[in-house]
Amino acid sequence: MKLLTHNMLTSHVKGVTKGYPLLIKATEVKVNQLDFNPQFVSRMIPKLEWGALVQAAGDLGYRQDLPGELVVDYEQNEEFLKKVHRVLLEVEVMEGSLKCPESGREFPITKGIPNMLLNEDEA
Amino acid sequence: MKLKELESCLQQVDTFEEPKILLEQYPTSPHIAARMLYTIHNTFGDIDGKLVADLGCGCGVLSLGASMLDAGLSVGFDIDSDALDIFRRNADEFEISNLDMIQCDLCCLNAEVYARKFDTVIMNPPFGTKHNQGIDMTFLRAGLTMAETAVYSLHKTSTREHIQKKAKDWGVKMEVVAELRYDLPASYKFHKKKSVDIQVDFLRLFKA
Repeated sequence: MKLLTHNMLTSHVKGVTKGYPLLIKATEVKVNQLDFNPQFVSRMIPKLEWGALVQAAGDLGYRQDLPGELVVDYEQNEEFLKKVHRVLLEVEVMEGSLKCPESGREFPITKGIPNMLLNEDEA
Repeated sequence: MKLKELESCLQQVDTFEEPKILLEQYPTSPHIAARMLYTIHNTFGDIDGKLVADLGCGCGVLSLGASMLDAGLSVGFDIDSDALDIFRRNADEFEISNLDMIQCDLCCLNAEVYARKFDTVIMNPPFGTKHNQGIDMTFLRAGLTMAETAVYSLHKTSTREHIQKKAKDWGVKMEVVAELRYDLPASYKFHKKKSVDIQVDFLRLFKA
């Protein structure tokens, strides 16, 4: 599970009003090299909850010097985009879980795949 | 990558080992998948450098193809662990890293949380033939919410008018990109014929 994907995931347990962001508990993290596409990274940034990304990166120990707030004119800032690229697309949680901040329900991550399926009583 | 190359690569993709009939698990043939993806990429420019979602990805043939065509990231969504296992194996074997997967139930999905997050949505959805009538429209509706630019999907030609009407209700345009004959080889015990051809529309839906 890459952090770009994590940034979109929410908990839909019945009764939960804000199941976001999901807290990552990782037991295995990998870094996989991916070709850097500055335009792609630049276009993804406005879609992100920036705070949630920085939090997640920090929790995994990969925040490095990613700023708490978005820099101005990031589209031209290749150094910044490279940092974002690494954290969004190259860091992968292979094993662990995602915890709903409201209900505490844990969604397992196995072989890099988060399982967001709910039980009958939770749906 | 040329069409022939893409088709050749997709022929190496492992598909369902024990398909589950209730989930209507049928693999998208490399022939159809390659042509679909190639058109989306070449004619519409909706794959290269884009964030692509594959709804009901199964063993991932469409997602893998999109990644091979340089999608920024392809994200596959499916309900079935076994299919996703095979998808994972395929991704590892091809050493494709611009790929991600989410296990979820698209029928229970609140697609709003993904609203317009993806550039492109591609799918070969279940047709709704096994006690799940209307599921094709559920997938389509979810895709339209999630896509910024367009949804590409396969549907039985016999449902074309129905989809056309729904598209109008939803305020989106529908284009029949191509008519295909989906060759389904016998994959379940109850299949009597060796294979059947189903008339299928390759559709493109986009906001007006």
